[in-house]
Amino acid sequence: MTWETVIGLEIHAQLATRSKIFSASSTAFGAEPNTQASAVDLGLPGVLPVVNRDVVRMAVRFALATDASITRRSVFARKNYFYPDLPKGYQISQMAFPIVGPGRISLTLPDGEEKIIGLTRAHLEEDAGKSVHDLFDGYTGIDLNRAGTPLLEIVSEPDMRSAAEAVAYARYMHSLVRYIDICDGNMQEGSFRCDANVSIRQSGSNTLGTRTEIKNLNSFRFLERAIEFEIERQIDIVESGATVVQETRLYDADRDETRSMRSKEEANDYRYFPDPDLPPLVIDDDFIDAVRSTMPELPAARRARFVEQLALPPADAQALCADRQTADYFEAVFENHSFAPRLAANWVLGELFARMNKENIPLAASPVSSAQLGRLIERVDDGTLSGKLGKQVFDALWSGEQDVDAIIDSRGLKQISDTGAIDTMIDAVMADNPTQVAEYRAGKEKLLSFFVGAVMKASRGKANPAQLNQLLRERLKG
Amino acid sequence: MHDMTMAQQAALLASGELTSADLVEHYLARIEQHDARLNAYLAVDAEGARLAAAEADKRLQRGEAGPLTGIPIAHKDIFCTTDMATTCGSRMLENYVSPYAATVVDKLQAAGMVTLGKANMDEFAMGSSNENSYFGAVANPWQENRVPGGSSGGSAAIVAARLASAATGTDTGGSIRQPAAFCGITGIKPTYGRVSRYGMVAFASSLDQGGPLAQTAEDCALMLQAMAGHDVRDSTSSVLKVPDFSESLNENLAGLRIGIPDEYFAQGLDSDVGDCVNEALSVLESAGAILKRISLPNQNLCIPAYYIIAPAEASSNLSRFDGVRFGHRCENPQDIDDLYTRSRGEGFGPEVKRRILIGAYALSAGYYDAYYKKAQQVRQLVSDDFTSAFAEVDVIAGPTTPTTAFERGAKSDDPVAMYLNDLFTVSANLSGLPAISAPCGFADGLPVGLQLSASVNQEARLLNVVHRYQGLTDWHRRMPDAVA
Repeated sequence: MTWETVIGLEIHAQLATRSKIFSASSTAFGAEPNTQASAVDLGLPGVLPVVNRDVVRMAVRFALATDASITRRSVFARKNYFYPDLPKGYQISQMAFPIVGPGRISLTLPDGEEKIIGLTRAHLEEDAGKSVHDLFDGYTGIDLNRAGTPLLEIVSEPDMRSAAEAVAYARYMHSLVRYIDICDGNMQEGSFRCDANVSIRQSGSNTLGTRTEIKNLNSFRFLERAIEFEIERQIDIVESGATVVQETRLYDADRDETRSMRSKEEANDYRYFPDPDLPPLVIDDDFIDAVRSTMPELPAARRARFVEQLALPPADAQALCADRQTADYFEAVFENHSFAPRLAANWVLGELFARMNKENIPLAASPVSSAQLGRLIERVDDGTLSGKLGKQVFDALWSGEQDVDAIIDSRGLKQISDTGAIDTMIDAVMADNPTQVAEYRAGKEKLLSFFVGAVMKASRGKANPAQLNQLLRERLKG
Repeated sequence: MHDMTMAQQAALLASGELTSADLVEHYLARIEQHDARLNAYLAVDAEGARLAAAEADKRLQRGEAGPLTGIPIAHKDIFCTTDMATTCGSRMLENYVSPYAATVVDKLQAAGMVTLGKANMDEFAMGSSNENSYFGAVANPWQENRVPGGSSGGSAAIVAARLASAATGTDTGGSIRQPAAFCGITGIKPTYGRVSRYGMVAFASSLDQGGPLAQTAEDCALMLQAMAGHDVRDSTSSVLKVPDFSESLNENLAGLRIGIPDEYFAQGLDSDVGDCVNEALSVLESAGAILKRISLPNQNLCIPAYYIIAPAEASSNLSRFDGVRFGHRCENPQDIDDLYTRSRGEGFGPEVKRRILIGAYALSAGYYDAYYKKAQQVRQLVSDDFTSAFAEVDVIAGPTTPTTAFERGAKSDDPVAMYLNDLFTVSANLSGLPAISAPCGFADGLPVGLQLSASVNQEARLLNVVHRYQGLTDWHRRMPDAVA
């Protein structure tokens, strides 16, 4: 029997606001415990929540980026449960009327195929605090710095059919939320967290199997491993004649397995109801238009433009649009220059990326600015530098030198394109190697590269390679 | 000087014939003399009051005073204060001192009012007799074996016994108006959103509203003026401009259309109470008002709807009292469940527990539609009744309560009988309307309250009608013999 896997993801993206969703406390990560928790965050008697407008703006950005409907009158609801790091005894979330309604994204799978993944909804909610279990003997410490941090919970349709698709989707979302500046995407700090709903069914079946929800997936690798483990586990259960139990499972990265956290029967009744402290969140056209006017070009549109208008190969366009900083950098490289954008793509994806990878440096920290790289490519394009000399200039820029033309001048890297000078060098090389000249003329034409190399060496690499080739061919003909 | 109204005291303070220090000493002496019997104050801050009075007197001398500067008041112990505990009448918050002050407290302090102390109340504002206070019941100053009403029973008793010039209160289902009626004073529940709820410990967020209790409508107008206004910290507070409540107090009542709902004079109304209210309506009629019979057909659904919505919200609002960060924590908890169970079990009294249970039940999966959702639909019907009625009349009048103050212990074992005290008051909370209670006579030596309600944001009209009524009657000038 063959099995089909059905996966839906719930992603919690921490919104990159400066202050919390319902209070003015800072959201900065890593402060001393409980130093970023105000009376509102602590849930002191008498306090009231006030919605941070930036949070609303970011949710609207997400909706605009995912072709999703924007709920004009969304409602905050209370999710009631007791936990020591949940100060009010309820979490303010959204239930029946989430701010973002159904949407969709188009995912490019590893094999190049495009797949539409539906989004069920995305809603705003506040994060809880943190329980620290290993700091005090016999006690649990509570740190409420994180309490009230804004989250956008993005719920997908069960449209993914493999762990690889789920990871591709998660990566897409990870890239998108950073692209539209609503989340820093830092997975170690918990800014981007995934829960996976996994079930299996017989291939060809239209009904969904019983699902389990896997929590605590804070890296793409864990997401993939956990889903793969869970698929195998469910297949084993069903093939042994038993049934899968609907439950929440936790992924244990150390043991590479999922284990039961709580079953459906043990699940809380959250007693959701509309939060009477917060009027419905009303969003009008003006607000949406204002947000729309600040939206960046989205990755998919940008990719298409790179291919259609800049004549880049699709793979290059994809790589350059993986994040907004790279695409912006790339566009800045050829801005104000007349060379083909394709050259800029080659340099960014080639030389620049290779150095960044080798030295493990992010683009933001690259010592070579887009303006410097643009000038360098211009000098290659106008014949001042050969490609090879260009790389030497790149090295100089990478080590901190600033001015491309000054580097060329001070090091005498200017390409020799003067035919007279090249001819003189060819003369000398032919005079030194009469045997090879004779052999070439007898038909051993692959000796051309020997002569190119020798002249290039004599020019200390500066001879214009195209000119050199042409002149050599003519001269060797005899 | 305690027989003067707040407005009269203010005039003497302004003219320099009276000092705030004198007033404060006078009330402190009266508290000393009477409050052991009444138990209306949970805390008295004599030192703080003296300092504030001295400050107020300086302002008065410098000519920088407002109409409330130097007037001594009490705050219901549900408003957060930083210099005294805020207990909400609960063991849960015994000794709890808030690190911040409620907006209402800040505003009245900025207006120069002097806080004498904190007023007793039903635990977390749940009750109609003030018998649900962990710190003991409050006596009605008119007959000390009777209840003062609730939940703002301490506030009402303080004003009735002249142990402060006025007091703040909160009204979720009648908690300002019912004790005002039982104690023979004037109290107004403003339009929902008129007064900030920030720092007012929440009972039922969609119904709670703060307001003043005082001797007269004129005094209420002065105090409400200082309490009202938009607060950026309360998303439900109104952004509307606050009118000048004192300016319109004397407007003529000629042509005023007063609606008399048949449902308010039906079964359950004590006939003596009905007689007093009818007498008051005649007075208003003689002043030029036009009386008109109307109907509020869904009135009978108010109590059931209220006793779903209020407990539902309360069950959630009171979840924060878990023994983890503040408030009562049990001794030697074994684990987190034990911490929750015993801290809450010990910290909350029986009525609070009853409402948490009712509320959690009404919100639970499978019951939500039948209870909470249905109650919200009823709420809309009740609101619609008022909208229709106010198309035809300017104010609606009736009794504040079905009976006068009952004896302590009389309804303690019968929660439903107790809840029926709110029969005429909860509709204003469900609809968000302003409503006022003013004294309109006595039955067997106990005060009777006249309730008037109006459409949203029409507090000025209510204060105007009561002020004119109080110009024609003297029920509001009566004082209990025991504290005279």
